[in-house]
Amino acid sequence: MVSFCPPRSSVFITEFNRMNLPLVILTPFIGAALTAWAARFGARRTAWVAGGMTLLALIILAPTLTAPFKGEVIIQRWSWIPQAGVDLAFRFDGLALLFTTMILGIGLLVILYARYYLSDDAQNPKPGMGRFYAYLLLFMGSMLGVVLSENLIVLLIFWEMTSLSSFLLISYSYQGKEARQGARMALTVTGLGGLALLGGFMLLGKMAGSYELSVILAQGDVIRADPLYTPMLVLILIGAFTKSAQFPFHFWLPRAMAAPTPVSAYLHSATLVKAGIFLLARLFPVLSGTPEWSWLVIGAGLSTLLIGAWFALFKHDLKGLLAYSTISHLGLITLLFGLATPLAAVAGLFHIINHATFKASLFMAAGIIDHECGTRDMRRINGLWKFMPYTATLAMVAAASMAGVPLFNGFLSKEMFFAETTDFFSDRPWGWMLPTLVALAGVLAVAYSLRFIHDVFFNGDPINLPKTPHEPPFWMKVPAEILVGICVLVGMFPAMTVAWPLKVAATSVLQAPPPRFDLAIWHGFNLPLLMSLIALFGGLLVYSARKPLFRQANRLEGVLDAGAYYDSIVRTVAGFATALTNALDRGSLQRLMVVFVVSVIAMGLAGALGSGSPLTGPRALLAADAVSVFIALALIVVTLATLILHHRRLTALVVVGALGLLVALIFVKFSAPDLALTQLSVEVVTIVLLLLALYFLPQRSPRESSRPRRIRDTVLALLAGGSAGALTWAMLTRPHESISSFFLENSVPGGGGTNVVNVILVDFRGYDTLGEISVLALAGLGIYAMLKDLELTGLARDARGRAWNWDAHPSIMAALTRLLLPLALLVSVFIFLRGHNQPGGGFIAGLITAVALIMQYLTNGVAWTHQRMSDNMHPLIGAGLLIATVTGLVSILLGYPFLTSTFTHIHWPVVGDFELASAMAFDLGVFLVVVGATLLILIHLGLMHDASHPDPKLQQEPR
Amino acid sequence: MTTLTIAPVLIPLLAGTGLLLSRRLIPLWARRGFNLAAVGVQVAVAVMLLATVSSGEVLTYNLGNWPAPYGIVLVADRLAAWMLLITALLAFFALFYAMQGTDRGSRHFHSMYQLQLLGLNGAFLTGDLFNLFVFFEILLLASYGLMVHGGGARRIRAGLHFVVLNLAGSTLFLFAAGTLYGVLGTLNMADLAVKLAETPPEDVGMARTAGLLLFAVFALKAALVPLHLWLPAAYSATSAPVVALFAIMTKVGAYCLLRVGTLMFGPEAGPVAELYTSWLLPLGLVTLLLGALGALSADELKRQIAYLVVVSVGLLLTAFGLDSTAGIAAGLYYLVNTTFGTAAFFLLADVIASRRGAALDRLRVGPKMSQAGLVGGLFFFTALLVVGLPPLSGFIGKFLVLQAALESARWPWILASVLTAGLLGMIALGRSGSVLFFKTAKGSPIAADPSASIEAWQHEHAGNGTMRLLAVMGLLALCVGLLAASGPMVDFCTATADQLLHPQGYIRAVLAPLSAGVNP
Repeated sequence: MVSFCPPRSSVFITEFNRMNLPLVILTPFIGAALTAWAARFGARRTAWVAGGMTLLALIILAPTLTAPFKGEVIIQRWSWIPQAGVDLAFRFDGLALLFTTMILGIGLLVILYARYYLSDDAQNPKPGMGRFYAYLLLFMGSMLGVVLSENLIVLLIFWEMTSLSSFLLISYSYQGKEARQGARMALTVTGLGGLALLGGFMLLGKMAGSYELSVILAQGDVIRADPLYTPMLVLILIGAFTKSAQFPFHFWLPRAMAAPTPVSAYLHSATLVKAGIFLLARLFPVLSGTPEWSWLVIGAGLSTLLIGAWFALFKHDLKGLLAYSTISHLGLITLLFGLATPLAAVAGLFHIINHATFKASLFMAAGIIDHECGTRDMRRINGLWKFMPYTATLAMVAAASMAGVPLFNGFLSKEMFFAETTDFFSDRPWGWMLPTLVALAGVLAVAYSLRFIHDVFFNGDPINLPKTPHEPPFWMKVPAEILVGICVLVGMFPAMTVAWPLKVAATSVLQAPPPRFDLAIWHGFNLPLLMSLIALFGGLLVYSARKPLFRQANRLEGVLDAGAYYDSIVRTVAGFATALTNALDRGSLQRLMVVFVVSVIAMGLAGALGSGSPLTGPRALLAADAVSVFIALALIVVTLATLILHHRRLTALVVVGALGLLVALIFVKFSAPDLALTQLSVEVVTIVLLLLALYFLPQRSPRESSRPRRIRDTVLALLAGGSAGALTWAMLTRPHESISSFFLENSVPGGGGTNVVNVILVDFRGYDTLGEISVLALAGLGIYAMLKDLELTGLARDARGRAWNWDAHPSIMAALTRLLLPLALLVSVFIFLRGHNQPGGGFIAGLITAVALIMQYLTNGVAWTHQRMSDNMHPLIGAGLLIATVTGLVSILLGYPFLTSTFTHIHWPVVGDFELASAMAFDLGVFLVVVGATLLILIHLGLMHDASHPDPKLQQEPR
Repeated sequence: MTTLTIAPVLIPLLAGTGLLLSRRLIPLWARRGFNLAAVGVQVAVAVMLLATVSSGEVLTYNLGNWPAPYGIVLVADRLAAWMLLITALLAFFALFYAMQGTDRGSRHFHSMYQLQLLGLNGAFLTGDLFNLFVFFEILLLASYGLMVHGGGARRIRAGLHFVVLNLAGSTLFLFAAGTLYGVLGTLNMADLAVKLAETPPEDVGMARTAGLLLFAVFALKAALVPLHLWLPAAYSATSAPVVALFAIMTKVGAYCLLRVGTLMFGPEAGPVAELYTSWLLPLGLVTLLLGALGALSADELKRQIAYLVVVSVGLLLTAFGLDSTAGIAAGLYYLVNTTFGTAAFFLLADVIASRRGAALDRLRVGPKMSQAGLVGGLFFFTALLVVGLPPLSGFIGKFLVLQAALESARWPWILASVLTAGLLGMIALGRSGSVLFFKTAKGSPIAADPSASIEAWQHEHAGNGTMRLLAVMGLLALCVGLLAASGPMVDFCTATADQLLHPQGYIRAVLAPLSAGVNP
């Protein structure tokens, strides 16, 4: 019997210069890449690479291995995102030592084991082996990261990476439905936990003012007193419980058994599922010791312990039994940490080690059986003792340890567990409940362990096995042998083997020296021993009465299946998502517009209402003159007419034309001749364009909207119009002081033009104009690109059956337009040249030219026109853009900002004084783009009318 | 006044014009090379600009040598340079992808591509509200032209919805800009900021209305709830390189919300202070959740990614809505990640679709694709990036946003929404990856009928698949760079956020009296 006295010195922290911890983590990741690469040279080599890299990680770790025994904590750090408190900081203490040894040691054994498991026979590994080892090493690196992190956010990053790599490992045999579904379930549940954990860590970091464990662990009292303690605790526990398969999140683990058995041996017994418990241990000094902690952790642990043990008994699948027994044991460890006494924590740590050894070896044995028999169904696998006595012995020792039989390691920690539960509530009413339930779980554990041994190795002969079982290759047994050896060694000589590392680990969990504890097989006659005996004999009884119990369990099948609840939740969420998305997103333009209009009205009203400003401003209203009233009334009438007539498209178009002319009149009334001219020419072009488009549409549009919808639209329209009217009213009734006086003052001295509108367009805001001609160019190019390959069949006859084109090119009109062309071009030149000082300019001139040229198409036809004029407008557009841009660039060359203008007066003989402004060159660019883009659009819209000119040559063009 | 400031506008304008003029003169490969080189120059210019303004200096450029607020002014501060660089880098890889064959889908792809960049760069640089409108128009027309690139009924239909809705948005922009000009008499954003802060009480209602109408305009561009519904249809229908470039389009809306929200309606804006932030946060959170639910319900990969774009918009605007230095900085960091990540995802989805025969990108059983290991690995990587899972930059971005959110009073809402959306996104992508890569049908793939859909036709004519994956990897490499350099990146983003929340420097730089206000 050996006991430990607490050392005098407390824990102290050393900052090592060495950077071996990050290298330890990095090595498996590099190994993963190397393994994937090595797969090219044969699958067998990948096992060597994987094993070699794991060994290398152990070697790199070696120099630090002794530090925890000296009471040192090693911290190594690199700066990463210091502003957010996230540094690549790593920590090596007793707890990390325990876990790294387990991860690397069992990892090495599993790599060896998998080499044979994944082979049909000793010589022929399966081709996917490289992928398997790469995933396994990814997981190993992530898991090492979890246990070695000093910074919680870094820990979380690795935590999520373990979920992701285990997703890959579970779905390794992705052809199977179970593997795919099991992997996704594991990912979802542990992913949920990871996100909760992120939230919990962030709250914890906020409370402690740091994400560094060293800082956090020192502030237990502060954190437990924080008002956010409870939400933080719940979030972190969700993270830990999902990972460690605690009730009610336990259901993913049995389904993860679809993974190859080496994965189960590694992830689902020794490492991944221990991550949650690792977290409980890591944050033990900070989180534990509150009623919230006790209730939540004990509650989860106890229910998991019982539920796991119960279901384990009734699983016919060998791995299913082991999975539920793992759940049960994880519940046991959780329960121990929930008790929150120092000795319970020690017992928890001890059981982590023991469970890892016996469960990993059991999984390996199960894998051997599966591999040799071709099935895992215990109803068919019987009497294997005769075929593989050696494997059977190994499995039986491990199972005995799992059951808590003396002389094996499972007995020791279970004894400690029993002792802790009897002490905990002994002074409270109902305190006997806990030991009773715990003993019941012990009974069940013995029963399922018995079942594992008896059903598989005895109990008659095998039934219909696909293969004839025999002992596996030598090296496949070695990993299980080593683990079982540890079970026995620890079980018989605990003080000499495990006591010291356990004490070191306990020191870092408790952040204080642990109390004295005895690791011995015999403690005399006491309550825990009685519980052990009850468990052993009770287990025997239960197993002998299994037949009626199984019948009961069959009836209960599916009643308590948390996985089914999970499935229904996921289905409900997915159904809700689909229903909601489909309800919102109907793919209807009208709906999009309704949402837009309603939103805009709401935003506008939100701005106006409650601001306390009056709607009407202080400005005096002018008297309404007859012309204004007439135009306003006319506008209203025409708008209403459009609304009423819009089903008759052509008529509606004529009315819209009138609307445009009225707007032009308004511009005239307000002394804006430039705008009026522009409006007029735009109006003409628009009408031509719409006429061309109308050709493809029926003359009357059908009534499609229902009555309620029309009412809704009317209300919306009135609201939108009313709001816009109110906004305009508010604006017009307020005094207007703007920067426009600057333009009036500087137009002549600075811009060299008396037409302020034009000077604004080509000089003050020439950059805007440059943008707008780019828009125009883009419109032309875009429409061209879209229409070029579009073939629409136009109507050959109208609604009454008359030929559409009985006189395509009326000769009188043709003659007239030919005469008009030079005149129109002359007007255009005139308008262009006077633009800077008089109403006019490049934009209007461009439109006039375009209209004049399009007239030729309309009256003479495409073929005739194309003989005389190219239809390739792209160079025109390009040249226009180029001229406008280059005009601006010249000023850069001369040392002024882009688009700086200059002007001068020259004397032309005969013509007289003439002003030359650089802005005119810019305006020429505008002119060219306007002509080019307008014609491009109209010509190609017209060209689609295949009825009138089916000339294939026009369609030939490079892309 | 350095020409560097205006170079990001001039280069695409000249390149676009050059590509238009040379259309029939030089062969396709030469135009491709020219276009790529022009984008490369934009990357270089953006880097130079970023290096110049990273000191905190605000560069201004008075067009036509007219002093602000009378003439139009370009302003390059940290934020503008940051956006320019992101745009140029994104454009480079999207173009590289397009060059592998997609650019043959219609005429004028290359010139419209450059003009699209003109629109983007101009919008990021301008300091004038009306000029912003002009560049919104360029953006709209160029993106419409690019969107229907390749044709096909679905694309044209989505394009029509897109253009009609955005024209309504443009009209609203005019209303808003007109109202501001009517009340305050100026269009220069710095000048508007000064005048807004001094709005007399009787005009506050007008100013607020105009501000919120502008908000609606930008929210439509950014795809903020409830104006997000156009995005999934539009983004899932268009061609891969175009939608990859569109990854920056929603960010234009987010940029404008941030710019206008901090400069004109920021903390120092007196009676109209904090006008945007009270809206951004709740709407951002709803966007986040609705986007995640949409991603879960999607039955095509591209549509799913489009909904994930909506999610990222939600997170981004939530971050901006926090209205703190840390929040805005987190948003700016996350913006890089989501732009490159979703772009890479769209490109990858196209590669996947091209290798699954008739199944395309529909989330149902399809044939096993070629190079399934490589493509699957890239899918896994990109999915982590986009949904914000460790260890990639998406996680860091999300973490930074959450950390900033903890300082806000509404942190429980933010934490719950962001984490829930993350979970939903993870479930959605887990399912997609499982279906696409694991649940493969046995037997030989059924080849897509090239006449059945435009996508199938394009895949028939697609170029080298490995080269296309190179573009994806390039974008992913940028995200890895972002992750590795997180420290300096966060520093820069914090400085940028600080500059935005203290707009006096910007205003001074723009409105400082010009020494030479006289024309030559």
